Amino acid sequence: MIDFNMIVEKLPAFLGGADGAPMMSTSDGLQLTLELLFLSLACGLLLAVPLALMRVSKNRVASSLVWLYTYVFRGTPLLVQLFIIYYGLSQFDWVRDSWAWEYLREAYACAILAFTLNTAAYTTEIIAGQIRNTHYGEIEAAKAMGMSKWLMMRRIVIPSALRRALPAYSNEVVMMMQSTSVAGLVTLADLTGVARRVFSDTYMPFEPFITVACFYLVLTFGFVWLFKLAERRWLAYLAPRKH
Amino acid sequence: MFLQGYLPSILEGTILTLQVAVASLLVSVVLGLIGAMFKMAPSKPLVWLAELYSTVVRGVPDLVWMLLLFFGGQMLINDFCTRMGWQAPEINSFFAGVLTIGFIFGAYMTETFRGAIMAVPKGQMEAGLAYGMSPLRVFLRITFPQMVRFALPSFSNNWLVLVKSTALVSVIGLNDVMYRADTAKSITQEPFTVYAVVGLIFLAITSVSDFALKRLEKRYSLGVRETEL
Repeated sequence: MIDFNMIVEKLPAFLGGADGAPMMSTSDGLQLTLELLFLSLACGLLLAVPLALMRVSKNRVASSLVWLYTYVFRGTPLLVQLFIIYYGLSQFDWVRDSWAWEYLREAYACAILAFTLNTAAYTTEIIAGQIRNTHYGEIEAAKAMGMSKWLMMRRIVIPSALRRALPAYSNEVVMMMQSTSVAGLVTLADLTGVARRVFSDTYMPFEPFITVACFYLVLTFGFVWLFKLAERRWLAYLAPRKH
Repeated sequence: MFLQGYLPSILEGTILTLQVAVASLLVSVVLGLIGAMFKMAPSKPLVWLAELYSTVVRGVPDLVWMLLLFFGGQMLINDFCTRMGWQAPEINSFFAGVLTIGFIFGAYMTETFRGAIMAVPKGQMEAGLAYGMSPLRVFLRITFPQMVRFALPSFSNNWLVLVKSTALVSVIGLNDVMYRADTAKSITQEPFTVYAVVGLIFLAITSVSDFALKRLEKRYSLGVRETEL
């Protein structure tokens, strides 16, 4: 029924190697999926913290601009965002003439850009929500200690908000990991892309798609487990009392 | 002319996308209710089955499920028909898409409904049974109206994610908004405008749904005091 020999034979292709790597990257398959995921999560998180501060700031203009950004990126499918960047930008001559075109014509860079902007939008709202949830006592205490606004943000508000954002952020990471599967639709050979290639070569659907499904399941459980550990470490003070 | 007259075609595709979304929502609600009942059933195997369903489905990307179920299902049906000596039927991609998305979101709905049913005090159901109502009537008249309030926030979220997931159905050959956009993109040579229009269409769908569902949430929370800080 299921051809296990074929799965074993194709396993190296799924794990990824340098042969099928897209321009600017070093590998394909599982390695490419993880590369796309970690690069976009890292850039997304770096963007999200300042954006979240703008989102909760009293400056109406900054706050509404960030709101508009998160609204648009959370209200449209990631696939459309990816296509706008990958196919859409070539419509403008000034983009094609700019220095950035060297990168923007590569599916790899477009995928990272689209994933980064997408995850940054969701993460901004998660962090902004937690900043608003900061207990007023913490802020009063920081002010009473004579901290300036930025020192208070850096030492009190942001660290505590990031900790409390962990449970929601773990969901976002798992969602993003699964979303990277659309990279295959812009010619990249990530896990799903490799599976599609194997399927079109062999015309056997079960072997490749069940194999990648197992990969994603393991990744999902792995991330959930890692975040459980992280929560136990950084959210211990919010855990129920054990005695 | 704007998009060389391709706008009507894209809007037609939007209607198909909406049909897929609404039909899969119905499938997912039915599967979700069944899953939630299984999860709270006294029989262990049923609980395990529901647990397996909601865990495995939520751990694998939608796109992989679509490819697996569509191409795998096609192969199984073809095999079966050849073995029986029948002519293999052409698989309708609309039904395939609806069943696949419904199957995926049924797993999310299972969690939604399970949480909501558990939030209704047990005494309510017991009182219904004590009045001599049948279990079905207890569900329809007592449990369901009260669980809606608890289910709505998560239900809304699932619906918004589902709408965005329907953008993927063109990979299994459906003539939806993304498929039309692909055609329009190649012919008009204006890919940005085409996908910006598609993005705005999705934004309109999610905005209207969000507004309507917020209203519905208010309606079902009548008589519940809001916490004010």
